[in-house]
Amino acid sequence: MAFPEPRPGPAELPRRLVRSIECGQGAVRAARFNADGNYCVTGGSDKTLRLWNPRTGSLLRSYLGHGYEVLDAAGSFDNSQLCSGSADKTVALWDVATGQVVRKFRGHAGKVNSVQFNEEATVIVSGSIDCSVRCWDCRSRRPEPVQVLDEAKDGVSSVKLSDHEILAGSVDGRVRRYDLRAGELHSDYVGSPVTCVCFTKDGQCVLVASLEAPLRLLDKDTGEMLGEYSGHRSSSCRLDCVLSERDAHVGCASEDGAVYFWDLVEGSLALRLPVGRGAVQALAFHPTRPALLAATGATLHLWDTGDEEGDAAP
Amino acid sequence: MVASSDEEEDLVSYGRALPALHEGERLKKPVPLQEQTVKDAKGRYQRFHGAFTGGFSAGYFNTVGTKEGWTPSSFISSRQKRADKTVLGPEDFMDEEDLSEFGIAPKDITTTEDFASKSKDKIKEKARQLAGVVAAIPGTTAFDDLIGPSKITIGVELLRKMGWKEGQGIGPRIKRKPRRQKPDPQVKVYGCALPPGLSEGSEDEEDEYQPENVTFAPKDVMPVDLTPKENVHGLGYKGLDPTQALCGVSGREHLNLFPGSSEETGDLLGDLRHARGRKLGITGQAFGVGALEEEDDDIYATETLSKYDTVLKDEEPGDGLYGWTAPKQYKSKKRFESEVKYIGKILDGFSLASKASTPNKTYPPPDLPRNYRPVHYFRPVIAAGSENCHLRKVLEESTGKLGNDTTQQSRHTLNASQRGERLGETVLKGPAPSVLEYLSEKDRERLKEVRKASEQQMKVKMLPQQSQSSRFQPASANDAPHKWQMFWGGQLADAGSSDFKPFAKNPEKQKRYESFVQSLKQGQKDTLEQYLDPSMTEWERGREQEEFFRAAMFYKSSSSVLSSRFTRAKYEDDVDKVEVPRDQENDIDDKESAVKMKMFGKLTRDKFEWHPDKLLCKRFNVRDPYPESSIVGLPKVKRDKYSVFNFLTLTEPTTSVTQATNERIQQSTNLDKPRKPSRWDVSDKEKEKKDSISEFISLARSKADAQQQPLAPTTEECRTEANETLPSETPNEDKDQEEESRPSMDLFKAIFVSSSDEKSSSSEEESDEEPQQTVPVINSETTKHADLPDKSSSNVQGNNEATTTKPGLPLLPVLKKELDVAEEFGPRLPPTFCSGRSCR
Repeated sequence: MAFPEPRPGPAELPRRLVRSIECGQGAVRAARFNADGNYCVTGGSDKTLRLWNPRTGSLLRSYLGHGYEVLDAAGSFDNSQLCSGSADKTVALWDVATGQVVRKFRGHAGKVNSVQFNEEATVIVSGSIDCSVRCWDCRSRRPEPVQVLDEAKDGVSSVKLSDHEILAGSVDGRVRRYDLRAGELHSDYVGSPVTCVCFTKDGQCVLVASLEAPLRLLDKDTGEMLGEYSGHRSSSCRLDCVLSERDAHVGCASEDGAVYFWDLVEGSLALRLPVGRGAVQALAFHPTRPALLAATGATLHLWDTGDEEGDAAP
Repeated sequence: MVASSDEEEDLVSYGRALPALHEGERLKKPVPLQEQTVKDAKGRYQRFHGAFTGGFSAGYFNTVGTKEGWTPSSFISSRQKRADKTVLGPEDFMDEEDLSEFGIAPKDITTTEDFASKSKDKIKEKARQLAGVVAAIPGTTAFDDLIGPSKITIGVELLRKMGWKEGQGIGPRIKRKPRRQKPDPQVKVYGCALPPGLSEGSEDEEDEYQPENVTFAPKDVMPVDLTPKENVHGLGYKGLDPTQALCGVSGREHLNLFPGSSEETGDLLGDLRHARGRKLGITGQAFGVGALEEEDDDIYATETLSKYDTVLKDEEPGDGLYGWTAPKQYKSKKRFESEVKYIGKILDGFSLASKASTPNKTYPPPDLPRNYRPVHYFRPVIAAGSENCHLRKVLEESTGKLGNDTTQQSRHTLNASQRGERLGETVLKGPAPSVLEYLSEKDRERLKEVRKASEQQMKVKMLPQQSQSSRFQPASANDAPHKWQMFWGGQLADAGSSDFKPFAKNPEKQKRYESFVQSLKQGQKDTLEQYLDPSMTEWERGREQEEFFRAAMFYKSSSSVLSSRFTRAKYEDDVDKVEVPRDQENDIDDKESAVKMKMFGKLTRDKFEWHPDKLLCKRFNVRDPYPESSIVGLPKVKRDKYSVFNFLTLTEPTTSVTQATNERIQQSTNLDKPRKPSRWDVSDKEKEKKDSISEFISLARSKADAQQQPLAPTTEECRTEANETLPSETPNEDKDQEEESRPSMDLFKAIFVSSSDEKSSSSEEESDEEPQQTVPVINSETTKHADLPDKSSSNVQGNNEATTTKPGLPLLPVLKKELDVAEEFGPRLPPTFCSGRSCR
């Protein structure tokens, strides 16, 4: 109590490949850590959702019920539920333990690109190529969404949530931030189709990845650009971008089969992780540790820091 | 009985003779009634009462208690006695006699439950069962059975200590000798013949080697049930168990799932097997099944675990000790094997008949005549409203009826709506109305036009002499109904009855139309004229009649096809208005350049008022920012549907505005709503707005001359011009102030309406584009928002526009390529490299 917190060491980056998992579910479309980062869930092109322990590489459960590729997934804060969006236009809410579909939300007119729980897992927000973001209520039994955010002029490729904001990146080249607390919609134009958006951990900035353009770090309040990170290749695919656990680095998947990390402040390339020969389809950063999930093809890779100590403490 | 002397021989005497009287003895006086007393065991007097009063004493001379009668117990203060207040039981009110051996509550030494045999408390058991049924929660006693402690009676325990095991008999160990009870052929067997195959199996098994000096426990002897039959039920009858009858099968099933486990512990020696043999689960059958009848599925039987073998074993060797009284278990199994024919349960002590009784007599079906057809022939009744008029016609011709039989429609041929119409009921809104209802008047007119054109062609073919004359002559209108009626026949029948209202805008006309159809349906071709408006000219009348015909027919032919494809709108949509977001993201041109210059921030940002759903706020634990507004999403305004202004993008440097507003917002600590116009803003804009409108009018006028030009260039030019001329225009939402500056409606009408009239007679293809090219009505709303930052509301258009105007952008070729190649939208998913293996 009396002791001040130890000075945090320099931010580390995942450099060591800990494990490669053959997921066996076709192309891995999404890989996401759970709330505490001990487990991960992958969505595959064989319509399944799978829960893994990435450290040991053991498959814990498969979730069957989608009618087409699972494009995104997310876990709830208490790890009791999963949500997933699929190319079958539905959003599903799963019970982790039983593996059953608790709810299935139908309403999107196209593939659901991105799903996200809110903080208390009472709402699922999904973005689809039907140009809409839909907020589904998990509490009540009503089948229609609570609200449809249809301001996007083209497909919504990525959706992220903070405690009071909905961030949606759209192919029309705009990042829209719906602020529920202030009742405002901020729309930032970035010029090219947005593939992925991220809040920084401190919630002050927004990281935007878009096609044929560098990664951009925008100030949330003013929309000003704070940083620009280039070097990766992103010409046509929907690729994820991440922020490291302490906001020290910015990472982005690339079509040349590598993951690039830049120093957030300096903007210099810090690390290029060669993952595979194909595009890195899914990327997820551990919520508390410098560990990275990256998927190419049917394989999921877990990268961690080089030191053994980090591995011992999962 | 005494028959003594000869002279008394004929007499018959009954009873015992009185003792002979001794001489000198005084006659005994009879004991008077009051002295006939009885004393009880303690010498107390007991009074005899009549049989109806119970036969025992009830106190002092038939009173309760004492000579004075019943006396209440003296008052005892409950204050002092409160502590030792006891609960009184029934015994407290009983005499000693009642508690004696023959009293109503005998207190005597009885065998405790441990020592008592099972069969003794059957009555108790039954009472308990009944109580369970009658109890509030049926089957509660069942649970007691399930979880009751396992009690082993003393006898069983003793036997166990002596080395007895369950399933064995009691007695000294014996050497098992193959005792054969095979009936000698010489010995005659009386009574029931032994069932065949009874002892065969056992014999086979007893051939096996048996060591010399090994003793076996005696076989368990099954006590043969020798209870006499006291009732008049059939043999083997068991009444329906009340528990099963009342609780239903489900309750029993649960109960009986483990009867073996619950019974095994508490059963006496032979009870176990006995119980199994007799299926303690309730197997009552209210009615017997004849020996030759196939037994139905025993719906009352319950599935018990004891029915199944839990151990893989050979069948127990029966040694034929017991003859036909042997425990049923041995017999029945054998019998099931040998007699496959009879599946039912065989009663205790019965065997299957060796030869079947005479079979039931069967009667062959009657011989049918050669020409018999096994089809019932219905006379076809074709309803008036039937679709198939040709069939109807054919049928009518065949039956010799005339076509105008429809006038005397029987009530059975009417459908519900027709009947309702006759009764004067208002027509209910049906679930599948016509699509026409949703069309605007103009569209309907247009459709009619098209229809008319095609109709005319048809008519030329069909009835040349009539159509040639004049379409709108009243003369032709007279024969017209006849002709139409002939033509459509039954098709017209329910045209008016449904909710097809082609003239809904004009209720009088609609009424006329309905009565017209009604009359047409009934074939009153002469009275058609009377429905038409008498104030109309003949030409008008003829035209209207023609119109009615077409409407009626058009409805028939198209509505059924179309209505199946549409569903009723949830909300009544205003035909002329369309909701457009009030604020639109403005043009991206400036933003493109801003992005190129990496000037993110104010230049690339748009800020709108956005209303989250109340529930969403609740779920996010956020206070509703607009508690009193009912809007959800972006605030919207109603605008003309076909207004050019909706599709126009009047670019104006909103960036400057947003800058200004942003600055303002920053000044007012981010809480002020954006775009609240200040006074000086308005006055400046007022002028410019007027300019813009006049500018636009002149523009539109020039466009109206060159009507055939497509839309895109128009808007394009519009935009560019507006761009040039209005560099500093700013959005304004203050409606009241704008009202004043609006030009009069006539001006707009003069410009736009005339051209639309001309176009209405043009061909269909052109009229499809009509709403976009011309502005039918422009009201205050449109003018008001003409100067607002507008943008195309459809994203596709917006995108395409961008592609055509700005081909040099890096992103768009990508997009376009995507669209062309894969028909996918947005960035595609990364390619999979494992598709060959496991993707599909």
